[in-house]
This record gives sequence, structure tokens and C-alpha cells, in this order.
Amino acid sequence: MDTAAHAHHDHNHDHKPGFVRRWLFSTNHKDIGTLYIGFALIAGILGVGLSLLMRIELATPGMQIFASGQMWNAFVSAHGLVMVFFVIMPALIGGFGNWFVPMMIGAPDMAFPRMNNISFWLLVPAFMMMGSALFVGEGPGGGWTLYPPLTDNTYHPSMSMDLGLFAVHLAGASSILGAANFITTIFNMRAPGMTLHKMPLFVWSMLVTAFLLLLSVPVLAGAITMLITDRNFGTAFFDPAGGGDPVLFQHLFWFFGHPEVYIMILPAFGIVSHVVSTFSKKPIFGYLGMAYAMVAIGFVGFIVWAHHMFTSGISVDTRAYFMAATMVIAVPTGIKIFSWIATMWGGSLKFETPMLFAIGFIFLFTVGGVTGVVLANAGITQILHNTYYVVAHFHYVLSLGAVFGIYAGIYYWIGKMSGRQYPEKLGQIHFWMTFIGVNLTFFPMHFLGNQGMPRRYPDYPDAFAGWNLVASIGSYISVASFVFFFYVLWVTFTKGAKAADNPWGEGATTLEWQVSSPPPFHTFDELPRVR
Amino acid sequence: MRNAISALMGRTVRACRAVAAGLALLALGAGAALAQGSAEPMIGAPHDWAVGLQASGGPVKDAISSFNTLVFWIIVVITVFVALLLVWVIAKFRASAHPKPSRTSHNTMLEIAWTVVPVLILVVIAIPSFRLIYYQDRAVNADLTVNVQGRQWYWHYAYPDNGDFTYDSYPIQTEELAQGQIRNLSVDNPLVIPVGATVRVLTTGQDVIHSFFVPSLGIQKYTIPGRTLETWMRAERPGVFYGQCNQICGTNHWFMPIEVRAVPREEFDRWAAEAKTRFAQGLPPGAPRMAAQDAPAATTLAEARR
Repeated sequence: MDTAAHAHHDHNHDHKPGFVRRWLFSTNHKDIGTLYIGFALIAGILGVGLSLLMRIELATPGMQIFASGQMWNAFVSAHGLVMVFFVIMPALIGGFGNWFVPMMIGAPDMAFPRMNNISFWLLVPAFMMMGSALFVGEGPGGGWTLYPPLTDNTYHPSMSMDLGLFAVHLAGASSILGAANFITTIFNMRAPGMTLHKMPLFVWSMLVTAFLLLLSVPVLAGAITMLITDRNFGTAFFDPAGGGDPVLFQHLFWFFGHPEVYIMILPAFGIVSHVVSTFSKKPIFGYLGMAYAMVAIGFVGFIVWAHHMFTSGISVDTRAYFMAATMVIAVPTGIKIFSWIATMWGGSLKFETPMLFAIGFIFLFTVGGVTGVVLANAGITQILHNTYYVVAHFHYVLSLGAVFGIYAGIYYWIGKMSGRQYPEKLGQIHFWMTFIGVNLTFFPMHFLGNQGMPRRYPDYPDAFAGWNLVASIGSYISVASFVFFFYVLWVTFTKGAKAADNPWGEGATTLEWQVSSPPPFHTFDELPRVR
Repeated sequence: MRNAISALMGRTVRACRAVAAGLALLALGAGAALAQGSAEPMIGAPHDWAVGLQASGGPVKDAISSFNTLVFWIIVVITVFVALLLVWVIAKFRASAHPKPSRTSHNTMLEIAWTVVPVLILVVIAIPSFRLIYYQDRAVNADLTVNVQGRQWYWHYAYPDNGDFTYDSYPIQTEELAQGQIRNLSVDNPLVIPVGATVRVLTTGQDVIHSFFVPSLGIQKYTIPGRTLETWMRAERPGVFYGQCNQICGTNHWFMPIEVRAVPREEFDRWAAEAKTRFAQGLPPGAPRMAAQDAPAATTLAEARR
């Protein structure tokens, strides 16, 4: 793709407002993107900190540092909710989405800049409520899935559960607004010549993600609203004593929850496509297949939700359907994996940090994907449901998938976003520390799950001690790599070399590489034309 | 419909079984399963550093294990294949070895192949998988029924067709463990079943959702308030089969283990006759054991006396 307009020769339009107007009342997509990424990093400190405490507890049998199982449950739940709603989604969707969707389609900004602002600022109080819930009453110990009756006021009487529920509500509202903004922007503000079938894959991934958010989050909002009224106003949507049904909540939750996992991974797919193509110096292989594989994943993602409920008493014919539908997802996912490898095939590969994370992503997502195929089988899930096998599976696709996508994106674009390039050697050290740490943490969990260790346990039978210790050591390495990452960021911002407009060379073809690093406050003076 | 599906899939399943059985010899952890003789009482529990599924105590778990072995080898082959492709691509097409990139971005045959081949692999998995879930679903001609109810934080068992008695099953505190009991797994009053009997398990809920989960018998079902769910199990070998609550249920979620004891039929009948009178008088389980300091004492006492 070429552009007729090269913006970087002209910095006259680069007049930034003052601090308060720029950062608190921000309507600029790049500034809001920066806010989102900074927010995700701060929330990440909490999310990682919670998991570190959990792994310290689990390093040896017996209760070590947690006062009670309830405190443990609250930490487990908060870890899940924080990572999903306040780390992965803000980083990938709010962060990279805001930064690069308008730039890649040649739009001057998002369609609704003020709505973009409120999307971000709804997250901040939501996060504060989520964090403070941990310090109120007994803590929100219902698991991130929030199943009643455990989350009812009988079993969680204090306000902490309400704080948690309202936090999810606000975060959900933020997501819905963001999704509407992305859909409008992508459909209406593409530069002349930028047809849907010329759109970069990251934009495709954001478009599909936005539709998933728009259709699934309102269902979650409905479910937790009913839970809130059950708790506070005496309704009985989920209380069998009043004619309600706890399983109804599970259906509603997972109708949101399953698309949610694709919401977290699709943007990472988009980033990995760009990185692989750039560092292979080749256009992406099977572009249309890649785009429509994401559409297919998004569509099928809506009709597989009850595979999270194989032991909840749904009928055997229903299990058969959900099992078959779930396995279908392996096909478009396989198309993506093979297309990435085919993109590299015949290329001229450079292994800079973003590419290392992208290749790591491809392999580890494959591992997480095939264990997903195992779990799709209701027959096996009968004894793997809720065990550490499931924990291993979803951390392979999220902790090693989505997070590797985030890291790939940060290293790929940090020069563009900050104007300073990261130090290559430190980036590579960070990659290897992370790669070793997370694998050591999560791979042994497959063994624990096979042996039947249930999740959300602060103490376990002694036979599980060995692999738990290995996992805990792995988590210490992972946490060290996370701290090291902040060091890399600090070195980048203080001593990083000035980034060129396009530091990656001929492989980087999308529009963001046509503007200066960092891009001017208003990216494009005039609309670029895409040929 | 169920029968039609079973008949349709029977032949394919048998073929897959044969392959799976062969592979099972190689499978990690399968050694333990095969080593279990049928005469020796077995212990169905996790083992130090084990990596595979627990040893099998009955036919449901046998079926799960053999199917799992099939799927395991399929995913190992796929993962190794992808890993080798990546290694090959990295070695062959690194910039120093391959400075001039090609511009290939389409190959219709290849794209069709990597769509169709996964579909075929999934069909190979799906056929025995359907067969397995229909087999697991409900007991055919059950020999007895037990009612299982998860409660915060112990198990409540009932034998409606063996004298209609009920009792509670509490975990043993660490400091009270006797010789041979396992920390966090042993209970005061295990669920007792006859060896070789097909046991219909009906789960009901009382307070929050729990999950009745015994890996070595291949059984798991939620216990949900307002619902009665059905599943089944059979222990082919005498022994003790341990499990744990597997759905987050409050502060002692981690401390409500399950112990299933499979004994010969005569012993079971003796136990049932005795249990009927013992539990009716409220003798054992006796004083309830406090699971943790924050357990509500009054409720637990009342429940234990039911």
C-alpha cells in the first residue's frame, strides 16, 4: 500500500493541548490509546501480583500465607476479572485498537472522540471498585464466573460482591461504547481506496472483536443486573426457592463468556499477522482466508457456549451438539496457524523481539488450541472439567497467547508510539525469560489436571506437591520477567534511540509506517489515498 | 436416536479402540492403569509426579482413558508437526540463509488441504467421542441408586433403595489422620458401593453448587440447588476411590473430599444393614468435625444430626 500524502514533512498541525486537556479530557485516539496501555500496565501489576501470591501459597501443601479459603477465593476471582477486563481487553482493544485502527485505515481519528474518552474513563472507577472489593467484607469469592447461588446475598452478604458486579457493569459499558465506536469508524471512515478487502488484518480483527463485544456484553450486563436485583431487591431469577434457576445464569454468563475469550485473542491474531508479515518481508499468506477465518471464529464463537457446562446437567443430545460445534472452531484456527507459517515460508526472516513473541505465540497457541480440542470432548471433560487441565489450557491461549500478542504489539509499535526504539538485546532477554517462565508455570498444570487437581484450591493433597512447586518456580521467573519488562520500558523511554519512521524496512507496509515516529498530534493533514 | 447413533458408530469406534489400545501401551501414565490387577484392592488417588490420567477403577473411566489416549496422540502429532514446520522455516528462511523473499501469497490447493485435513481429523475424534458421551450418560439397568448432595462443606449421601438411610461424610482433619489415611482426601464416612454393581447417582443441591468428582471412576456431576441430575458409575475392582469437590463453593471448597469405597456385595449388604440402624440413631459420624474456624458451627451441628 502506498499513500499519496506523506504527513511527516509537515509538523505545523502538531499542536498539542495542555496536560489536563490532553490527558483528562482527551479526544485524540492516540492519547486515549496511550492512556489505555498505561492503564493496562498498572492493572497488570495488580493482576500479576495476585497471581504471585497465589503461586506462593500453592508452592507447598498446607495453608501458607492465606488466612482462609474465602480470602483465597476472592484473590482467584479478582485475578481473573482484573486480567480479563482491566489488562488484556484495555491493552489490545483500547490500547492498540485506538492507536492503530484509525491510522491503518487512514482516518483522522475515531468516529466518536468524546465517546472514546468516556470509554476509557469508565474503566478507571470500575478498576477502583474491583480493587476496593478485595478490602470490603468477605471479598468477592465467587470465581470470575460469578455463579449464583454462591454470589447471592446469602453466601456473599457484604457489599464487596456488589462492588465487583458493578465494576464488571462499568467495564462492560465501556466495552460496548468502544465497540460501537470501532464499528462506526471502520465502516465509515476508511480512506479512499481502502476497501474492506484491502483492510489490514489488525483492523479486521478489531472489527470482528467489536461485533463480538456489541452482541455479547449486553447479555452479561443483563445477567449481572438480574444477579444484582436478586441480591438487593428480593427478585429470584437464579434462586430455585423463588422459581428461578442457577443454570440460567450459567447460560447467560457463557453466552457472553465464550465470545469473550475470542474478544481477547482476535486482536492478538491481528497483531501477530502484521508482525509475521513484516519480519518475513512477505505479504500475509491467504489474506482473505485469514480475514474470513476470524469472521468464522467470531460467528461460531457464539454458538458453543454450553461447552463450559458439560457437567451442569444439560442433556446428552445438547452435549453432543455443543461438542461438535466446538470442534468446528479448530478448523478456522488451524487455517490461521498454517497461514502464518506459510507467510514465513519463502520469506527472509529476521528475529527481532516482536517476531520472537509472534513465533512463540504461534507455537504456544497451537499447544493451547489442541488441548482445547481435548476439552471439547464432553466425554473427557467429564473428568477434566474445572481441573488444572482447564487452567493450563486457558492460560496457554490467554496468558501465553493474548499476552504474547500484547508484548509483540508493544515491541513492534513502541518506536512508532513513543518515538524511541526499545533496546533489542534487552527485548530478547525479556522474551526468553517470559517464554521459559510461563511454560514452566503452565505446562505442569496439564499433569495436575490429568491427575484430577481441582482449580480454585489453596491447599491440595500431598501428591500434587511436586508439579505445583515447579509451577510456582516458573511463576517466579515469569514475575521477574514482568519486572524486567518495566526496566526495558524505562531504558526505552530514557535512553532509547530515536526511532525512524519505519524501523522495520520493506516488510512493514501498513499506513502507520508512512507517518513520523511518533506521529503528529493529528495524524493526517489530508486523507491518504490507497491504491 | 441414541441407539441409531450408537449402531452407526459402533464399527468405527471398535477400529479406533484397537488403535487406541495399542497406543495406550505407550501413553504416559498408562503403565499404572495396566499394573492394577483385578484382585488387589486399588487406591484411586493422585500420585507424586504423575503426568497422565489417574488409574481406572471402572468401565466409564476405562472408556474415557482409551478415548483420551487416541486424542492425546493426535494432538501430540499435530503439535510436533507444527513445531517441526516452525523449526524448518526458521532454519531455512532466516535472512542470512535466504536474503531474497518470495512474493507468494496464495496457493489454493494448500489452503483447501489445510481446511479439509483438520476436518477429517476432527471426524476421527468426533465419532468415538459421541459414542463415549452416550455411554456415560445414564445407567442401563442400575443395580442401586445413591443420592449425592453437596453441602457447605461436606457430602450428604442417601441410599433410597437399600433401607433409605442417609448420612454425612466429613473430611478428616490433618491432626486426626489415622494410619493409611490421606490428608485432604480421607473422610469419616465414605460412600460405600458394591464391586461390579452399576450405581445410578442422582445429585441434588441444597445451598450452593458443588461438583461430585471422582476421577478414577470417571464420574463428575454438579450438585445444583433446584435440580436433580443423573449419572452413573461402576467400580470393577474393590478399593478406595478418592475425589474432591470441583466447583467453587465457598471458604472450604478445598476441604470437602469424596471417598468411594467399593466392597464385595456381601460386605456391602452387611454394611448397609448396619448403617441403617447406626445412622438412624445418629451415632457415627458423631460429633461433626469443624472444617475450619470460620465454618458456621450451628448449621453444621444441625446438619450432622439429620
